Amino acid sequence: MSDFYETGPSKPVTESIRVDKVSPKARRMHNIRAIVVVILAILMLIPILVMTQTAFKTRADVVSVPPTIVFKPSLEGFVFLFTERAIAPPGRIKALQEAAETGDLSLFDRVALNSGQEITGLSDYVGRLTNSLIIAGLSTVFAVVLGLFAAYAFSRFPVAGKDDLMFFILSTRMLPAVVVTIPLFIMYRQLGMHDTHIGMILLYTVFNLSLSVWLLKGFIDEIPIEYEEAALVDGYTRMQAFYKIVLPQAITGIAATAVFCLIFAWNEYAFALMLTSDTARTAPPSIATMLGRGGIEWSAIAAGSLGFLIPVAVVVFLLRNYLLRGVTFGAIRQ
Amino acid sequence: MATIELQKVEKKFGANHAVKPMDLTIADGEFVCLLGPSGCGKTTTLRMISGLEAVTAGKILLNGKNVTWSHPSERDIAFVFQFYALYPHLNVYDNIAFPLRAEGEKKEAVESRVNEVVDILRIEHLLKTKPGKLSGGDKQRVALARALVRRPAAFLMDEPLGALDAELREAMRAEIKQLHVAQNATTVYVTHDQVEAMALGDRIVVMSDAVVQQIGTPAEVYYDPANLFVANFIGSPGMNLIAGKLHDGRVQVAGGVDTIPVPVGYRNTLPAALNGAGDVTIGFRPESAILADDGDIAGEIYAVDMHGSYKLLHINIGNGATSGIVHVRADRMVTFPIGSAVRFSIDPKMMRFFDPQSKQAIQQEVTQ
Repeated sequence: MSDFYETGPSKPVTESIRVDKVSPKARRMHNIRAIVVVILAILMLIPILVMTQTAFKTRADVVSVPPTIVFKPSLEGFVFLFTERAIAPPGRIKALQEAAETGDLSLFDRVALNSGQEITGLSDYVGRLTNSLIIAGLSTVFAVVLGLFAAYAFSRFPVAGKDDLMFFILSTRMLPAVVVTIPLFIMYRQLGMHDTHIGMILLYTVFNLSLSVWLLKGFIDEIPIEYEEAALVDGYTRMQAFYKIVLPQAITGIAATAVFCLIFAWNEYAFALMLTSDTARTAPPSIATMLGRGGIEWSAIAAGSLGFLIPVAVVVFLLRNYLLRGVTFGAIRQ
Repeated sequence: MATIELQKVEKKFGANHAVKPMDLTIADGEFVCLLGPSGCGKTTTLRMISGLEAVTAGKILLNGKNVTWSHPSERDIAFVFQFYALYPHLNVYDNIAFPLRAEGEKKEAVESRVNEVVDILRIEHLLKTKPGKLSGGDKQRVALARALVRRPAAFLMDEPLGALDAELREAMRAEIKQLHVAQNATTVYVTHDQVEAMALGDRIVVMSDAVVQQIGTPAEVYYDPANLFVANFIGSPGMNLIAGKLHDGRVQVAGGVDTIPVPVGYRNTLPAALNGAGDVTIGFRPESAILADDGDIAGEIYAVDMHGSYKLLHINIGNGATSGIVHVRADRMVTFPIGSAVRFSIDPKMMRFFDPQSKQAIQQEVTQ
């Protein structure tokens, strides 16, 4: 070790690095930290892994103790997820068994034979997922657009009582959301908004607005007003300056805000459970209450959760760079 | 190109005056510098001309047309900001083309006009670059190109060289001057740097505490400052100001026995202006003092600065009423030990007098 302090590193330093991070000891610590982070990341991904595995397990594999790690994948869970079923009459089972001996069975027939259930129609999973897409998507758009205008106004204009208003907007987040579900339920019933898409979009928009106004105000504050003034003297109107100058520069902030709003609206459970029943029911409460005909169908629930995970994972993946900037906003200049 | 006229223009922020009522007429093709320390109202004045700041009272005429309440985009002016305000999401070409596109120009017209100004400022090689990757000087050139491209009636520049380092500043100053000569565009230029104002301006508007102190050519504000503020602010160091008392046609330097004869031009006006009281402030530039063994004023060397081509002596004349230190220019080859006694006279033609009460300059008689 003393060697290092006399002779320096074995290879010349060709990167930007603080001097106390060059020593072999510091490099070793760095590697240890990296390994710890990777282990933590794996630990956090275990539930996702288990969920994915479960989605492809047969009923027997799901409930086996100890849990099977290696198993023969099956699409049973997905079949259960997308279908409505009824207990098959004994005669039907018998017919299937005979057909099985001749080896002439479709996938659905095999599932019916294995579970003793007969497929009677399509489940409402696709409809619920569509509801989730519509409600989360539109509420995100509204929350971000309205939030953007509000944030711009708060950032640029001398609004009377600006600080108080901003605090008031934030204060809507200070109550646990679930507390207001009963009053909301009664209100929605009276207004005829119970179990409607509009009702849920409105609710999530309002709920996300505080976050969106605060986040976006931070981003717009970062854009120097000189850009707009330059555009004004260059011959543009205020609105044109907003579209051509502010909007392109706020795009990272807008994307980050949109992701946060989308994740909230997509994952929201309590309101959806209370305020929807069928037409506007979103995926989270419907997956959780997905009970099969003979006991809980864990593989179907896991398959449903997996499908539910994909859209938001795709969006977050696409916008991951903006998201990083979103959580560190204010700290880094573009 | 255009004339700009300010008539009793004033600006208040709440109860405080940012700019007290000011009159200013800028001729077509003139380069006017607004000069003053920070917070004196010079930038506010410029922003009022541009329309980015609404006036509290008064009128602004552009080419004789009242534009006081016109939108900035209707005034046909270009504004160069201190930190350039180049749009970071657009490349250099789009930045320069931006004002033209506001007018809905055709693509070919935009292109030829952009190429024209790019040629003038020699930034062809930067067209595809984003502003974030440009050096300070290039950013400034792009900002100037964006201002030039529309052939505006007037240029307004708000400390455009403020963010550059010293060496680049001088080069860009020459470029701006050259550009002004070539384009002959009416320009209003805000700066706190008196060297810049002297170098660039056809006329200088010296401002302080929201008030216009003096409007004049660089030579006028340098040699004939209208008041003590201008005398002190212009020049580096500023004019030497020492207290004195007038009697019998000679001025006695306060706190000493040395007397100076009153110069010819002031023989009548000085007693009249002082109205019997006799207290007066004498002003002279460092280069107007002549070191001589039989000089009128005695002092002691306090410090010596080597400036390359000359030495600047700080001489303590023990004058209690002012700081007591005066600056005098001296030959660079001569050695002046600190603490040694020196005498100097003031070139009578370069001597100025101020009323210490009103702080205003006392006028000379117009001779010949």
